[in-house]
Amino acid sequence: MDIINLVFVFVLAIFLGVELINKVPSTLHTPLMSGSNAISGITLVGALALVQIGDENQMASILGAVAVGFATINVIGGYMVTDRMLAMFKKKEGGDGK
Amino acid sequence: MSTEIIDLVYIAAAILFIVGLKFLGSPATARKGNVISSIGMAIAVIATLFSKGLNFELIIGGFVIGGLIGAVVARKVEMTSMPEMVALFNGFGGLASLFVGWSALKWTASPEVFFLVTVFLSILIGGLTFTGSLLAYGKLSERISGRPFVYAGQRIVNSGILLAVVICAVLFIQNPADQNWLYLAVGLSLLLGIMFVLPIGGADMPVVISLLNSFSGIAAAAAGFAIGNILLIVAGSLVGASGIILTSIMCKAMNRSLSNVLFSGFGTVSSSSGPVIEQGEVKPMSAEDAYYVLEAASSVVVVPGYGMAVAQAQHVVKELQELLEHNGAEVVYAIHPVAGRMPGHMNVLLAEADVPYDLLLEMDQINPRMETFDVAIIIGANDVVNPAAREVESSPIYGMPVINADQAQTVFVLKRSMASGFAGIDNPLFFKENTRMLFGDAKETLGNLVKAFD
Repeated sequence: MDIINLVFVFVLAIFLGVELINKVPSTLHTPLMSGSNAISGITLVGALALVQIGDENQMASILGAVAVGFATINVIGGYMVTDRMLAMFKKKEGGDGK
Repeated sequence: MSTEIIDLVYIAAAILFIVGLKFLGSPATARKGNVISSIGMAIAVIATLFSKGLNFELIIGGFVIGGLIGAVVARKVEMTSMPEMVALFNGFGGLASLFVGWSALKWTASPEVFFLVTVFLSILIGGLTFTGSLLAYGKLSERISGRPFVYAGQRIVNSGILLAVVICAVLFIQNPADQNWLYLAVGLSLLLGIMFVLPIGGADMPVVISLLNSFSGIAAAAAGFAIGNILLIVAGSLVGASGIILTSIMCKAMNRSLSNVLFSGFGTVSSSSGPVIEQGEVKPMSAEDAYYVLEAASSVVVVPGYGMAVAQAQHVVKELQELLEHNGAEVVYAIHPVAGRMPGHMNVLLAEADVPYDLLLEMDQINPRMETFDVAIIIGANDVVNPAAREVESSPIYGMPVINADQAQTVFVLKRSMASGFAGIDNPLFFKENTRMLFGDAKETLGNLVKAFD
C-alpha cells in the first residue's frame, strides 16, 4: 500500500486517540491502561498472517507463531483482567455498575 | 474470504475499538466499552483466519498456549498486584511486535528501504518495551529493589547504546542480506530497555508504566507499517496516544518534566542538606484515643497511598467507612493522581472493597474544602500529602500539587515507622500541631479502630 496513505492514517489515528483519551476521568486510568493494552495486542492479527504453510520458509512461520502466542497472552489476559476490574466499579445507592 | 471482505471487517473492528475507548471514558459505560473493544478484536482475528495458506497447527498452538497463560494470570492476579501485571502484559505485547517484524523480514525476498526501516523500528521498540516492562515488573513486585539505580556517566552510556543501535540500523539497511547487524540491534534494544528503566525509582513507576504502555502501541503500529496492515496502525496509534496522554498527566501531577523523571534518578540524593524548618515534636496517638476523635467527627476524608496497597488495608478501610457513616459522619476519599504505583491504582483497590466510585474525589475537588473536614486519615501516603511542596522552596518536590491534608482540623497519619517516604523526602506534616501519628501496620491500626466502634 502507498506509504503516504499509511502515514496519513497513522497521524489521524493519533489525533483521534488524544481526543478520546483526554476525557477519561482519573478513576478509570487503570482499566483504561489495561484495556488499551489489550488493544495493542492487535499485533496478533499481523502475526496470524505470517504463519503460513510450506517448508521453504519454516523459520518465518515459527517466528510468526511465537508472536501469535505472546500477542494472545496480551489480548486474552488484557481483556479479562480489565473486565474483572470494571465489574467492581459501583455507584452508591446499590447501583449495579450500569 | 477475499482480501476486500477482510479489509471491510478490519474497518468494522477499528470502529469498535474507537467506540469501546469512548465508552471507557465513563464509569457507567466502561465495562460495556471493554466488551465492545473485545468484539472488535474477535472479528478481526476471525476474519484474518480466513486468509489463504495459513498453517493452522502452529496458529492453534500459539492460541492455546498464549490463551491459557493469559486467562490463568488474569483470573488469579490480586488487585494489589495490578501494576506489575499490566507491566508484564505490556512487555508481551512488545515482544510480539518484535517477532512480527522479524518474521516479516524473513518472508520478504527483496525488501525496500521503507520496509526495512519499519521492521527495524518494530524490533527496536518492541524489544525495549519487553525488557523495560520486565524490569518494571521486577521493581513493582519487589523481586528486585525499587530504588533508582544511578551511576556516573549513565546518560553517556545510554546515548552510546542508542547511537550503536542507529549505526546498526544504517548498516543493516544498506546490506539486508547480512543479518548479523539485525541480531546485534535486537540485543542492543533489549539492553536499552533495561538501561532505561534502571535509574527510575518506585515512586515514579506510574510514569514509566504509562510510557511503556504507549511504546507497546507504537511498536504495534510500526509492525503494521512493516506488513502494510492498516488495522495494526490504527489500533497501535490509538494505544500510543493514550499512553502518551497518561504519561503527561502523571508528569504534571508531579510537577516534573518527562526527561527529569526518566534521567534524574529522583530520590537518590538525600534532601537533608536543605534547611529543615519545623522538625517539632511527633505526637503519637493510640487507636482508642483516635476512636474518640472519630466518634465526634461529622466529616472525614481518607487519603490513601501505596502503603494501603502494601498492607492490603482497603477492605478494613471500607468497614471503617460504614461505621463512620452509621455514626452520622460524611466520609469521602481524596485520590492523588500519582498515589500508588500506576495511574488509578487506588481507585481499583477501593472499587475491589466495594467503595462506590462517586465517593472518590480528585485533588482539585477536595482541596478547596479541606478545612471543612474534622478529620483527615492518611493511610500509607507520604509525598502526595507533603506540605513541603507548598511551603519549603528547597524541597525536591516544591511546586508539586499535593492534597492539602494538613488543612483539615485533625490529621491522623497511619504509618509503619518514622522512616521517610519512597522518595526519601522529609515530611513536615508529621510535625504539625494538628497531626497525630498512629504507628503500626495500617491494616492492624484500622482493625483496632473498627473494633473500638463495636
